[in-house]
Amino acid sequence: MNDHKFEQCIKCTICTAYCPVVAVNPLYPGPKQAGPDGERFRIKNKFFFDENLKYCMNCKRCEVACPSGVNIADIIHSARMRYGHQKPNLRDMILASTDLMGVMARPVAPVVNAVAGSKAGKWAMDTFLGVDQHRTFPKYQFKGFVGWFKREMEASQASYPRQIAFFHGCSTEYQHPEVGKAFVQVMNALGFGVQLLDEECCGVAMISNAMWKQAKQHARHNVAAFEKAVDAGLPVVTTASTCTFTMRDEYPHILGVDNAKVRSSIVLVEKFIHDLVDKGKVKLVFRKDYKARMAYHIPCHMEKLGWSIFTKNLLQMIPGADLTVLGSGCCGIAGTYGFKKENYAYSQAIGQPVFDEIARVNPEFVVSECDTCKWQIEMSTGYAVKNPILILSEALDLEATAKANCVNG
Amino acid sequence: MTNKNEFDVIIVGGGITGAGTARDCAMRGLKVLLIERHDIATGATGRNHGLLHSGARYAVTDRESATECIEENKILRKIARHCVDDTSGFFITLPEDDLAYQAKFVESCLAAGIQADIIDPKEAIRLEPSVNPTLIGAVRVPDGSVDPFRLCAANMLDAKLHGAKVLVYTEVESFIMEGDTVLGVRTVDQRTGEKAEYRAAVTVNAAGIWGHHIASLAGVNIGMFPAKGALLIFAHRVNSIVINRCRKPANADILVPGDTVCVIGTTSTRVPYEECDHMHVTPEEVDLLLTEGAKLAPVLENTRILRAYAGVRPLVSADNDPSGRNISRGIVCLDHEVRDGVKGFVSITGGKLMTYRLMAEQAADAVCKKLHVNQVCKTAVTPLPGSATGSVEEVSRKLWSVPVTVQKAAAGRSGDWAEKIAMDHPMDRSLVCECEEVSVGEAEMAIRDLDVHNLTDLRRRTRVGMGTCQAELCACRAAGLLAKAHGCADRARADLKDFMNERWKGMYPVAWGETLREGEFTQWIYKAVLGL
Repeated sequence: MNDHKFEQCIKCTICTAYCPVVAVNPLYPGPKQAGPDGERFRIKNKFFFDENLKYCMNCKRCEVACPSGVNIADIIHSARMRYGHQKPNLRDMILASTDLMGVMARPVAPVVNAVAGSKAGKWAMDTFLGVDQHRTFPKYQFKGFVGWFKREMEASQASYPRQIAFFHGCSTEYQHPEVGKAFVQVMNALGFGVQLLDEECCGVAMISNAMWKQAKQHARHNVAAFEKAVDAGLPVVTTASTCTFTMRDEYPHILGVDNAKVRSSIVLVEKFIHDLVDKGKVKLVFRKDYKARMAYHIPCHMEKLGWSIFTKNLLQMIPGADLTVLGSGCCGIAGTYGFKKENYAYSQAIGQPVFDEIARVNPEFVVSECDTCKWQIEMSTGYAVKNPILILSEALDLEATAKANCVNG
Repeated sequence: MTNKNEFDVIIVGGGITGAGTARDCAMRGLKVLLIERHDIATGATGRNHGLLHSGARYAVTDRESATECIEENKILRKIARHCVDDTSGFFITLPEDDLAYQAKFVESCLAAGIQADIIDPKEAIRLEPSVNPTLIGAVRVPDGSVDPFRLCAANMLDAKLHGAKVLVYTEVESFIMEGDTVLGVRTVDQRTGEKAEYRAAVTVNAAGIWGHHIASLAGVNIGMFPAKGALLIFAHRVNSIVINRCRKPANADILVPGDTVCVIGTTSTRVPYEECDHMHVTPEEVDLLLTEGAKLAPVLENTRILRAYAGVRPLVSADNDPSGRNISRGIVCLDHEVRDGVKGFVSITGGKLMTYRLMAEQAADAVCKKLHVNQVCKTAVTPLPGSATGSVEEVSRKLWSVPVTVQKAAAGRSGDWAEKIAMDHPMDRSLVCECEEVSVGEAEMAIRDLDVHNLTDLRRRTRVGMGTCQAELCACRAAGLLAKAHGCADRARADLKDFMNERWKGMYPVAWGETLREGEFTQWIYKAVLGL
């Protein structure tokens, strides 16, 4: 009952002051009210559960702000799981089943993209499903990351002196295979061979859409796969911040899936490389002709992980990078949240300060580890958003880096 | 009876007994005046477990009380639904207890008409996961919890709806007597100092432990036995079923889930009568409550304690029992004409919160007999205001199509009286007390309908300031509402100071850990930020 430490709350209300939702949506009671305060009532009688808790985006900014160590968003999501009556509708299931949709959409990607991008398609999705028509769907790729890797890269990976396991996640596979390609190139140049995992979607969208059973199945599957890798001495390296955060923290806190054996081995690539550089274990050689003005948008879950400092430091190592770190703020998308018609206006209102700042800074492109932040910012501002590993792959002199790290590629 | 100061009956004491008696007399058509020197429910009424006894606790030692309890238990479930939580209760046997007592206990319960089912310890753990897992026996009985503040306020409200006049913050200074007949009372208004006289054919002393003093004003002696009981409030419910020890009644052997909190208690020590107005909880009592409490539910050791408080049982002396544990909880209704030769004067005392209605019935019977009024008691079959509809779920769904938490909380506290709470304007629904979900509308209803004169009164009616933060966030907002209602900011500011000090008094004996952090933070807000 005290799992989420709700009794440590001294009602300072800082969480509510930092909640992006409460500022724009009067229906949402705010993290303090929805979390530790509401919990006392729900313990008394589950009738006191408030369905408006669904407006929580799970951005975790409340937990980052809390000076008392209360896992506020965990309390809210556990309450949704325990007491909520919300059943995912067809729209929610489609949005949440990121991997299944990818598998189905890929063979007919050009058609899906054309329909999803057309006015008629958007109108239909808005009217019949409740996916807001203003949304731009990320394009499904005809050829995914895994196929490319198996065809072109897998054979050579065993030759590298050190090995890692790569959790690529859904969007790398179905929408942004270039991120996975960049990851393999950079890791190879640093002397690491890449092995794929028997992975499933991390399940974060299922958690958001009350598909608890499916989320738990995915969590258990992934933890088993990670345990195999960790037993073989491989760290699990990732490129997506939300998947990373979900697999490290949401598995045990919300889904009750024990990941204690593997948690500390799940690490985002920016932190992984930064630690290696920091300990003098790898060298980075950058291209002299690389020049770019970039603005770093820190995703909410990077704030929660506390790892944005590593990305920032890494980007600042690039001699030709002119980096602005944007003010801390949520872009408003929160995964599938912003795609829903009922949330669209809130979503855009939450993100507005971020969009405004990007327009003021006017960079060549924006940097972010989170793919849904990417979709939101690209749609709302017109600026391109790149994953940091993609920037590294462009800024590094890969051949020289390989040589510096004694890799005989 | 044209004079506004003349009544059929004057009731002295605004606890549950006085409120119940006022209701009963008013429902029988009498012209009733109730006088209370502080607020309602300030004495033992508001300082107990809030346990809806099944009577099982007294089954072995005090059969008469046990039978009264189970009968009143069944009645309160019907007439005071919005004050009662049907949690059921366990009597557990721990390895250090004698399991043989269980058989005697169950037999005594059944003989008193109390359902008592022996259940498997494993089943007990499944039903109530917080229970001490080393238990070797468990009996299930129809215990529950009852909110004494709400119960008292609802009785008072119903008395008023039946024409009774209620004067709070009014102290009885002396009786108007003619020879050996009590003709009425002389009072002083505690706030203004204004004096007044009220007359009635019968005066009822329902002043609880302070009935000793009231009786002495009429030259009558009642040997009261002031037995102090200390309790601790925890910040949330750790249990959903009342947990008792299956043994002879002793210290700290009942854990009651009440509203959003749970309460462990009690102790029992005789205190000098003069100390009854100034109860403090000692460190030894806190230690004892925690040590014994953890035997019922081990999680209590790591659960945040909100505050400590103590009350005084209005027991009537029977023998030389030093703790008062063996004194009957039975009802004592004294017709002083028969007992002492003083006419027009009745005392109703002893008893328990559980049996208040029966006490009121006996007192009202005595009054009616004196007045030669032939009216039957209807309090056992007439629901209190707020209790006509049913459960919080039923009330909420009846009043609002999609109830939000603040509405559900209001329905939970006021029952269907919540209908009288303004909810239309967003300001009405905005929160005064966040921990207990008390809205502006609910606080304004209490100020309007329930004799609220200051913040502490408002707390007793609505739970404002009774939650985790102990008024840190709500006191200022509530003071603002009172300032508006009374048109006086200075009075509200002084009230705010008293209220915060009163909150701290209860936190002080348990001020460690999160409670101390909360206290420090509260002090910082009021001193450093608000400059009070």
